[in-house]
Amino acid sequence: MLDKHGIAKRIAQELQDGFYVNLGIGIPTLVANYIPQGVNVVLQSENGLLGIGAFPYEEDVDADLINAGKQTVTMIKGSSLFSSADSFAMIRGGHVNLTVLGAMEVSENGDIANWKIPNKMVKGMGGAMDLVASAENIIVAMQHKSPNGQSKLLKKCSLPITGLACVKRIVTDMAILEIAEGGGFRLLERAPNVSIQEIIDSTEGKLIIEGEIPEMKF
Amino acid sequence: MNKIVANAEQALEGITDNMTVMLGGFGLCGIPENCIAALLKKGVKNLTCISNNAGVDDFGIGLMLKQRQVRKMISSYVGENAEFERQLLSGELEVELLPQGTLAERIRAGGAGIPAFFTPAGYGTEVAEGKESREFHGKMYLMETWLKADFALVKAWKGDAMGNLVFKGTARNFNPMMATAGKITVAEVEEIVPVGELDPNQIHTSGIYVQRIFQGKDYEKRIEQRTITKK
Repeated sequence: MLDKHGIAKRIAQELQDGFYVNLGIGIPTLVANYIPQGVNVVLQSENGLLGIGAFPYEEDVDADLINAGKQTVTMIKGSSLFSSADSFAMIRGGHVNLTVLGAMEVSENGDIANWKIPNKMVKGMGGAMDLVASAENIIVAMQHKSPNGQSKLLKKCSLPITGLACVKRIVTDMAILEIAEGGGFRLLERAPNVSIQEIIDSTEGKLIIEGEIPEMKF
Repeated sequence: MNKIVANAEQALEGITDNMTVMLGGFGLCGIPENCIAALLKKGVKNLTCISNNAGVDDFGIGLMLKQRQVRKMISSYVGENAEFERQLLSGELEVELLPQGTLAERIRAGGAGIPAFFTPAGYGTEVAEGKESREFHGKMYLMETWLKADFALVKAWKGDAMGNLVFKGTARNFNPMMATAGKITVAEVEEIVPVGELDPNQIHTSGIYVQRIFQGKDYEKRIEQRTITKK
């Protein structure tokens, strides 16, 4: 099983040189710490920054420079700043190559639910609906099961949907899966020390297992 | 031309109960702190507030919620505010949650004279309820309409008497679009500079959109998540 840093590390391997990438809040943000050597990506923050840098040193903290998670950040050389309308033009216009975000549920046809628990959590969708409706390539980073042991990879989402049939890949603490054409979670890799049987037992939606399933490499 | 007023109180002259007010900012970054303080003092009620977020419990729009000045919020993300969640779940506060890009574009459309547009965001979700959808090139889109306000309250870094504005860092966010969508747009800035000092090539918001401008004071610029790199 992977911890959240392991999930982030494995997703970082999916980054390609030259990509513009939007990283969501939570595990996705950690991906920035594991970008492979020689791979240059530009991180987009939907509040209006292309080229997110590291967290600032104490003396460089600037309240006017934050990421979409409201964390203080810095800019890389070559950064640019813009309005929220321009930011979502980049997103909806298909200019961002990859979106990585968290989820509460994913269904076997690629629906994602990550913004609301009725009568319980009403924080709002933020930019998630724009991102999932527009991105060509969406990777979901999440735990395979909820804290009470329920599978988060379902036949059908039970929570309010964020976007329909949009997820391409899912990286969990147990496995990497892709949404197969026609529906189903195709198992691509398993996390170290996780058996196929454990993944079967933890996946409620249709699981497609073809041939030998390699273990993730780090 | 001189759009400068002395302070937030003067800038908000004419604001009354039941009005629609846009407030710039993302989280607590780039919010019109002085205008919010003046609204709290003035005590206007039953406002419809359009703002990406609703502040936190003890700062920003959160303080207006506490005083029950807000009847309806139009926002995209309202976490980090327990009082907001309480009023929402109890039905005291009406809330329209929108995808962030939809919110930004509806405000932009309001300022640009575009009554409606189609976006893919929210298709197939709760956001689509009651809205027209249409297919373009094999993909489904939702129709969204423009947003305008009686007052748009924005925060910029520098400005001049003609109302020209320059923003700093990610404090720009929703401010430029909101500036275009207010019947009366009030800009509070950290520094008012003489007309001609701002480089016309670098102006983010043209003065035509701004009716009143003043130099704000005592900016707190509260940070929600202070994340640092240790040396």
